Amino acid sequence: MDTVNVQDLSVNDLAWVIDYHADLCVLCGACVASCSFQAISFVSTQKLLPKQTAKSRNKGNQKIVVKQSADPTKLCCGCGICEKVCPSRAIRPIANTHSREHCLNQSQGPKRRGGRGNLAKKRTLDAIFVGRISQMTDPPLDAERHTFDLRAPLGRVLAADKLPLEVSGQSLRLKASHPPVAWIYPLIFSDMSIGALSTRAWEAIAIATAYLNEECGLPVRMCSGEGGVPQNLLTSDKLAYMILQIASGHFGWNRILRALPKMRTDPAGVLIKIGQGAKPGDGGWLAASKVSRHIQAIRGVPQTTLHSPPNHQGLYSIEESVQKMHLSLNQAFGFRVPVAIKCAASSTSVAVYNNLLRDPYQICGGFFLDGLDGGTGAANTVALNHTGHPITSKLRDCYKAATAQGLQGQIPLWVGGGIGMHGDAAADAFKLICLGANGVFVGRMLLELLGCVGNAYGRCNQCHTGKCPTGLCTQDLRLVQRLDVDRGAENIVNFVLNFDQELRKLLAPVGNSSLPVGRSDALISNDWAIAQSLDIAFAC
Amino acid sequence: MCRIGALKSLTPLAPKSALELMLPQQEGHDSSGFAMIMQDLHGAFAHDKEKPLLSMACTVRGLALVNEYMDQHGFAQLGQWVPDVCKDKKLNLHAMPRYVFRNYDYPEIFHYRSQAEREDLLMDTRLALRDLLHRENAGFVYSFWPDVLTLKEIGDPADIATYFGLWDENCRLRAKNIVVQCRQNTNYDIVRYAAHPFFLQGFTLCANGENTFFTRNREFQKSLYRGYMGFESDSQTLLYTLHYVLRELKWPLPYFKHVITPLPYEEQKTRQDADVLLLIRESLANLEINGPNTMIALLPDKTMINCCDAKKLRPCVIGRDEEMVVIASEVSGLNALLPKRDITCDIYPSERELVAIDDNLEITRWIQ
Repeated sequence: MDTVNVQDLSVNDLAWVIDYHADLCVLCGACVASCSFQAISFVSTQKLLPKQTAKSRNKGNQKIVVKQSADPTKLCCGCGICEKVCPSRAIRPIANTHSREHCLNQSQGPKRRGGRGNLAKKRTLDAIFVGRISQMTDPPLDAERHTFDLRAPLGRVLAADKLPLEVSGQSLRLKASHPPVAWIYPLIFSDMSIGALSTRAWEAIAIATAYLNEECGLPVRMCSGEGGVPQNLLTSDKLAYMILQIASGHFGWNRILRALPKMRTDPAGVLIKIGQGAKPGDGGWLAASKVSRHIQAIRGVPQTTLHSPPNHQGLYSIEESVQKMHLSLNQAFGFRVPVAIKCAASSTSVAVYNNLLRDPYQICGGFFLDGLDGGTGAANTVALNHTGHPITSKLRDCYKAATAQGLQGQIPLWVGGGIGMHGDAAADAFKLICLGANGVFVGRMLLELLGCVGNAYGRCNQCHTGKCPTGLCTQDLRLVQRLDVDRGAENIVNFVLNFDQELRKLLAPVGNSSLPVGRSDALISNDWAIAQSLDIAFAC
Repeated sequence: MCRIGALKSLTPLAPKSALELMLPQQEGHDSSGFAMIMQDLHGAFAHDKEKPLLSMACTVRGLALVNEYMDQHGFAQLGQWVPDVCKDKKLNLHAMPRYVFRNYDYPEIFHYRSQAEREDLLMDTRLALRDLLHRENAGFVYSFWPDVLTLKEIGDPADIATYFGLWDENCRLRAKNIVVQCRQNTNYDIVRYAAHPFFLQGFTLCANGENTFFTRNREFQKSLYRGYMGFESDSQTLLYTLHYVLRELKWPLPYFKHVITPLPYEEQKTRQDADVLLLIRESLANLEINGPNTMIALLPDKTMINCCDAKKLRPCVIGRDEEMVVIASEVSGLNALLPKRDITCDIYPSERELVAIDDNLEITRWIQ
């Protein structure tokens, strides 16, 4: 019997195995050339045989075939680019149910990856339905004909009795200034930085944003992410569509502040990022391999792995956050730009929201809550899979806490984290709005629209490696070439137009032409516990 | 759908006129009730018009509780009207044992207090009586306010009128303003508190349709003012919004329409007063109505108003002659009461219109 070393890896130990049909293969080499992970290569069948056997065989019978590597640094991630480029359907990756991959590569430290949590959890939103339909007591609207007024606030809303209004004859007029509030589309393109994304992918989203605003009349806003903004955008009119993000690394803010005197318009807002739903309590991390020259320039850093700390250095409390960051950022833009804050959903979210609602300066312009189904470019797998808070109940808790004090709507609630992950972004948004959200933000979904092949079942998720096979999350110019910016932007635009149509299709049957924020009576759940928890009707 | 109507007259009217307005609209009646609020009273309450008038329906025990409470709190009873009820068992109504329509003098100390303090006293007293009667399951108190009388009952409207003697041309209940409703359409059980018109501190309102933003209206109003309570009907929130905009915020009347049916953002942005309208919409987004509704309201200064939802899914029609202006949810009511009117002068308010009728029957049409 031959000896065997069980520590040696074979392909069947891996998470993905290549299903290859040599009989169909035309040996064009496209698959090997396009695999950014070098997980496959060409070999001669002769080399696959033991030496003696190979010698005894007729050399004329040898063939060239594709072989999957079992090298831990060249693992197949299931991205399927080989399948995309194969002209003869000879190759594809298949998920290996017998994988031992979680036991492999332990010398490299805790596993990291991008994407979403990979436990494919059951979602609360899928157990909720729009159950209050206008039938006889009131007429449903016509989604095609009626005028719908789909706008959401971003900015600090004052109580009516605190408004700086005075009566002048039969009219009211303003007698003093007030916090800025922008009325925007209830869908924000979430914060993904230049760096985490390729410049081309970021550009595609920015192009889609501008197109939606200028050609479609939809005031969609995009958040820059924490990675700086190109100078030419900072000094262009299109900055009006951009929400600038400041996170704990403050990357890019030297350049943003220096550009202030040259700005022709104000940005749409500023978003202070405290945490994100995919890896709550953890900071940002951009591998040195992704910090290419243009990323160094835009962020003002050398080529090194970039860590954003898990918290803002120097901020130890909500009071400080309000006094220092909110106030200074409000001040920087002359109190003309809404300043909002983004936190990972947590058991403590209600306490945070309550504190912000009591903010005596009235300068917090939005509370962005990010749930555990959100995506990220890089995180420890353990954080992605096991930390975080579902967004639905936390949103509801925050809304009800504000309602109990009569303060609902004063700090708009924006929520994200898994919106559209099952394909129905408009339905997710509508349900969350009925539960108290003013609007939603999407990030990972935009990447999917641009061509990302990753999913919550372990496919790809290599955003952190700099080898993104779709050219979205890499700075490798050869890979970035794979992204067609215009087609990607067009796909995002079409998605938003469909989202808008679908939102109307949900508003019409409940008889509403403006957003039904907090209209929980429109929802039912077929899950008793969910209905109880969210204070909506149970139906079976 | 509720049938609603209102009459504003230069001369005091008996309830018979209101019945003549409402019963031709009776198609769809389900015997859920009849309710009316009269303001600027004559007849039985021609005197002591500045003294608060209590309107309630209760049990014998309830009456004793109320008497005791009013005595303890220094209210002295002045006049009253006791209906001479018809006890014909064939009448279809759910009569209560006692109906109280009486006015009181203020407690001595309140003769020296401000008008605002008196108004608070009256509301707090009504809420206290309501709570007292509710706890003992002993009755319902509808209004406690000078020169305002409320009558409500569950049953067939014609039979209710017979029971209270309202068909009588010489009925001693007379007023220059009557707001009336037949067939209460409520989201909940048929209960007396759910029957509009509703009343709060001089404001009367009735509405038909379905307020699809009832939940968010209610959740917002609950913490806005202590008098905003009950919420037995989705129309109540409209009264509270009217009260909040005009009495609490002290904004001019047209802003009530801006609050309940704000203009679309794109339209607002182009207006000269965009800054004010956007601010209002931001702050009072929770008071928007977004379903089919029309409402008739009577203000403390006796101005009568009418407006409808932003899509005109539930309009009213307004007709008039020299003596009176009449609003009805169905034109059949107008035809019955004012058959000789000039129908070309009828007003069908648009979805952006608010119509106000003053005490001289002068009509102002204000477009949002």
